[in-house]
Amino acid sequence: MSIEVCNLVRLAPGTQQRLLDDVSLTIPKGAFVALVGPSGAGKTTLLRAIAGLDNCNSGSVLLDERPMTSVKDRAGRMGFVFQNYALFPHMTVARNIAFGLDVLPRSERPARAYIAQRVEELLELMQLQGMGGKHPAKLSGGQRQRVALARALATGPRVLLLDEPFGALDPIVRRSIRAWLRDLHDRLGLTTILVTHDQEEALEVADRIVVMQSGRIVQDATPLELDEQPATNFVMEFLGEAVSFAGEVRHGRMVLDDALVLPFIVPDGVTDGPAVAMIRPYEIAIQKPTSEQDVLSIYAAPRGTRNGYRHYTLQIGERIIPFYRPVDEDDVQVQGVALDISRSRLFRQGLLCG
Amino acid sequence: MRLSPFAFFKAGGSALPGYRLSLTLTLAWTGFFIILPLSTLLVYPWQSGPAAMLGALHDTRMLAALWTSFSCAGIAAACNIPCGFLLAWALARGNLPGHRLADALIDLPLALPTAVSGITLATLYGPHGWLGALLSLLGISVSYNKAGIVLALMFVGLPFVVRAVEPVLRNLPHELEEAAHLLGARPWQIFVRIIAAPLLPALVTGFGLAFARGIGEYGSVIFIAGNQPFKSEIAPLLIVVRLQEFDYPGATAIALVLLCISLLSLALIGGMRRRFAVWSEPA
Repeated sequence: MSIEVCNLVRLAPGTQQRLLDDVSLTIPKGAFVALVGPSGAGKTTLLRAIAGLDNCNSGSVLLDERPMTSVKDRAGRMGFVFQNYALFPHMTVARNIAFGLDVLPRSERPARAYIAQRVEELLELMQLQGMGGKHPAKLSGGQRQRVALARALATGPRVLLLDEPFGALDPIVRRSIRAWLRDLHDRLGLTTILVTHDQEEALEVADRIVVMQSGRIVQDATPLELDEQPATNFVMEFLGEAVSFAGEVRHGRMVLDDALVLPFIVPDGVTDGPAVAMIRPYEIAIQKPTSEQDVLSIYAAPRGTRNGYRHYTLQIGERIIPFYRPVDEDDVQVQGVALDISRSRLFRQGLLCG
Repeated sequence: MRLSPFAFFKAGGSALPGYRLSLTLTLAWTGFFIILPLSTLLVYPWQSGPAAMLGALHDTRMLAALWTSFSCAGIAAACNIPCGFLLAWALARGNLPGHRLADALIDLPLALPTAVSGITLATLYGPHGWLGALLSLLGISVSYNKAGIVLALMFVGLPFVVRAVEPVLRNLPHELEEAAHLLGARPWQIFVRIIAAPLLPALVTGFGLAFARGIGEYGSVIFIAGNQPFKSEIAPLLIVVRLQEFDYPGATAIALVLLCISLLSLALIGGMRRRFAVWSEPA
């Protein structure tokens, strides 16, 4: 099912503060979209608005081009997994999963045997065989998470909404359940929206990432686009560690305020004026001395290795800058005369300009 | 490995300082203040011989009084369940104006001397009281009969139900209702399956407390009950009557039966509550 969000506005009750500020979003059938952003950016508010849990001041949500006006319109067609799972504590796992089918009006409710069979199927799909008779209090975090998913999927929804579903899990379970969830999405042909504050999780699992900041969508792009062309300096910083250098563009060359950083040629179309260059630590290069007279003014101090990168810190004036290089480059000591940051992206007034 | 029944007393290496000393004190205290008086109650009635005791146990006036006490306490506690639930709901979720004042007033029946509530209820519901006069116009009499007893017991029992239910209701996450709503449950289904069902243990506890209080209640009942033998005489009052007649075996016989039935019903209610709360036991 495709989802369309049109000009959604939600004000904080009793104030004029905009929790959602004219948000529009189109999600095609079968997409896996991650909503990311810092706390208070409106990710969960948007997800709840899509589910119809909160009333919006204006705007609409369309499911397969049909407007959804209440939770009732969505019941059974959208599965929602809450951050704390919201499992019914007094019901067994099987009763929890069957709930969406049990509450159907008698005329639509499937036979008891069918419901039991459906619960078994879901338990198997979630790798929870034999857990049907237990109560949620007796399960581990990862198991509860999967029960919540099974419950959301029992009525056969085409849309799955997940509100920070991995928040309470330990890192190992988190990684495995992430891959498993992506696989489930592909196998069942779902349209999934995932809210997370962990950008790595989003980059790994989603094929589209929607970055939000103070109630607005800042950028809506694929992980690759987001990395290559972040729309604002916020997106650049949010997606991973970034170092910024202030400077000025003059005649097609970016000249940095810091003399130890080499100027570089900017792409065509960047007008002259002040700008900020932002770069990832692994994109920084160090200019080696070319002659005996060059002064070695940059010395990178090693700080261990992680994920195939050797981490260093280097001091430029008052600033301490992180710098990574692949482990296979064998010289551990790194010294040089200047920093080469020609792979930077340029921002002017917070917006990408080259 | 089988532990000796007194292993708990040895419990070496406990993190609590003075574990044995405090355990001894606690046991002595409980024994002295609870077990000792109760065991005297068990022994004393038989002192004038089993025949006298058996005779006292067959007293029909006593049986009628016990029936009045237990049935009225049961009815009052049962009536308090819906009332208490609604009040707890209003306090926990309603956010109505004046809910703080209402919150304080709920506990008033606990603090009020029982005789004061008895006199108040009797004047209010008596044949010439404000409400009693109105009700008698409708042909309903709530004083000097069992209805009056139930009314008084409802008054004193209400706080127990409210206080048992309210914290549980307050801690029930709102997401449960949202989840149920999204899964297609209709409002009454949400109420019955998602809100009332997890409250069942708390409701049973509230019932048990109100019931226990109702059996032992004396002061607030006697003014409104009329106290006619075989009709509206409660067991605690009959004990007083017997004592005034210097009939000690009779008085203690009633006390003994009262004690046994009370213990039995509390044990039953406790068992029921545990059965309803199986789900809350952690792994």
